[in-house]
Amino acid sequence: MTDAGRDRFRPAGTIDVVVIGAGHAGLATSYCLSERSIEHVVLERGEVANSWRKERWDSLTLLTPNWQSTLPGFRYSGDDPDGFMSMPEVIRFISDYADFSAAPVRTNTAVTSVRLNGDGYQVTTNEGTWRCRSLVIASGACNVAVTPAVADAIPATINTLTPHEYHGPEQIEAGGVLVVGASATGMQLADEIQRAGHDITIAVGEHVRMPRTYRGRDIQFWLDAAGILNERYDEVDDIVRARRLPSPQLVGAHEPAMLDLNNLTDNGAKLVGRLMGVRDGVAQFSGSLRNVCALADLKMHRMLDTMDEWAATSPQASQFEAIERYERTRVDASADLTLSLKDGAIRTIVWATGFRPDYSWLDVPVLDRKGRIRHDGGVAESPGMYVVGLPVLRRRKSSFIHGTEDDVRDLTSHLADYLDHGVA
Amino acid sequence: MSESTSTVDNGVNVAALLEAREALTAAPEGAKFTWRATCDWKEGTHSRSSVEGFFGLGEEQKHITEYSFDTDHPEIFASADKGATPVEMVLVGLAGCLTAGIAAVAQHRDIQLKSVKATLEAAMDIQGILGIDADVRTGFDDIKVHYEIDADASQEDIEALVAQSQKRSAVFDIVTNPTNVTVAVNK
Repeated sequence: MTDAGRDRFRPAGTIDVVVIGAGHAGLATSYCLSERSIEHVVLERGEVANSWRKERWDSLTLLTPNWQSTLPGFRYSGDDPDGFMSMPEVIRFISDYADFSAAPVRTNTAVTSVRLNGDGYQVTTNEGTWRCRSLVIASGACNVAVTPAVADAIPATINTLTPHEYHGPEQIEAGGVLVVGASATGMQLADEIQRAGHDITIAVGEHVRMPRTYRGRDIQFWLDAAGILNERYDEVDDIVRARRLPSPQLVGAHEPAMLDLNNLTDNGAKLVGRLMGVRDGVAQFSGSLRNVCALADLKMHRMLDTMDEWAATSPQASQFEAIERYERTRVDASADLTLSLKDGAIRTIVWATGFRPDYSWLDVPVLDRKGRIRHDGGVAESPGMYVVGLPVLRRRKSSFIHGTEDDVRDLTSHLADYLDHGVA
Repeated sequence: MSESTSTVDNGVNVAALLEAREALTAAPEGAKFTWRATCDWKEGTHSRSSVEGFFGLGEEQKHITEYSFDTDHPEIFASADKGATPVEMVLVGLAGCLTAGIAAVAQHRDIQLKSVKATLEAAMDIQGILGIDADVRTGFDDIKVHYEIDADASQEDIEALVAQSQKRSAVFDIVTNPTNVTVAVNK
């Protein structure tokens, strides 16, 4: 057991570092702090891997293959490196990591407020108050399922569900379903609900189309090998856009080779544009459907060009299957612009309209007007404060499990300097 | 994309646009614009609309001169045809907006344009306007825009230009998405 591990049962009080959240990012931070013998505690509102336990639907699998499941000092050791972990497997993986690293986790300890306290922070929880010089926020990127303002205008006769409320298709009442959003979440839920026998209409705004398997290898192999995942936040063309990009249309499974809109429409789904309004019980969709699909098709093929360029110079070149290009997304010339929510055809709306972190407990003035923490690659504007585990935090891979290590090593190094010298 | 070494010139000052984007990110109040037009009825279906002043960057602004536009209906509607029909003006607005976007995006992406020509077609069943059939929509059923673009770029890059221009086009947004319209009247 590390020195930090022995602190597990000490009472709340003064400590160098408080880490908020015992998911993969908080535990990875804890591991790196322990390596440096930096005294810290990890506060967890529920159990280790809480969001994976409570805020995911039943059939979800990781979007990254097992060979990519690595954390500082730890990696997947099973016999299916190309498989995708189910939720119980992810929970076990992260719990095993907490045990392996002997992380000083306080479970069932919910942070109710964080405020400035001298040159540090005061962290109030339901289990006492901590004072620390440095704070690492690892509380997750997906605490709140976001719904658009138009959700308020949906007739009360329609059932509505967010991904946090959805567990499986058995929850869905007989009848048609409108899935709003075509990111990984929207696509997976639309596919699953459609397979359970419901008529699906999917409202499609900007999205990222991506094959699961390309030239015989998993897409994550290509993203990694071509250097895309390692692209740094300060080198990305438009970081604001990169950080709010919808998650790619992937599912953690070997079939289908690509879960795209063509795949959904082959199985009977109807595509409509982005949901823009509801008037008199009639949903209104954007006429931009054709263009958002054209953009996604063009961007996917540009990304594949980048991968092919890398492949051509790779010593493994001969091992890859032939270059593939995909059919464009098929869009009806006269996609519907309206849909009645009163005639009984649609019984349920699923909001796959994104997630955001919850910082309602953070009483330090570091939030921008959109409620995001102002930070430079995870170094928050408030001295001694850090944030980890957000999309494109320091690299394109930042929000993936395997993307955590490089970020956390950079940030704990910065944090150690801060504790030594007090300079942000 | 290095601006300093680029010889591409589509006549768009991209540096100024990027500067404005940065400045308005820091001061989003300045990004709130109000566009205005006035309209005077002449005779029959003929009206003359004008634009000159608008509000933006926190203060009143002006075009370098007033522009005016005659709208009317063609003779087959028993009108005097003293100008474009208002629905054609919508196509003019869409074409102007998309084409400006293409030039700006091309400049930003270092693509030299040689010529850009657009042809627009909008289908309409006038049973809607005439109130013959309540199931027929009054406005356009469908708008088709066709671009012929000659530029130093691949077909894919040109398609991406046109797609990006639609994404950023105000008029494209206005015609593809619902907008609340309030019409008030004084005697």
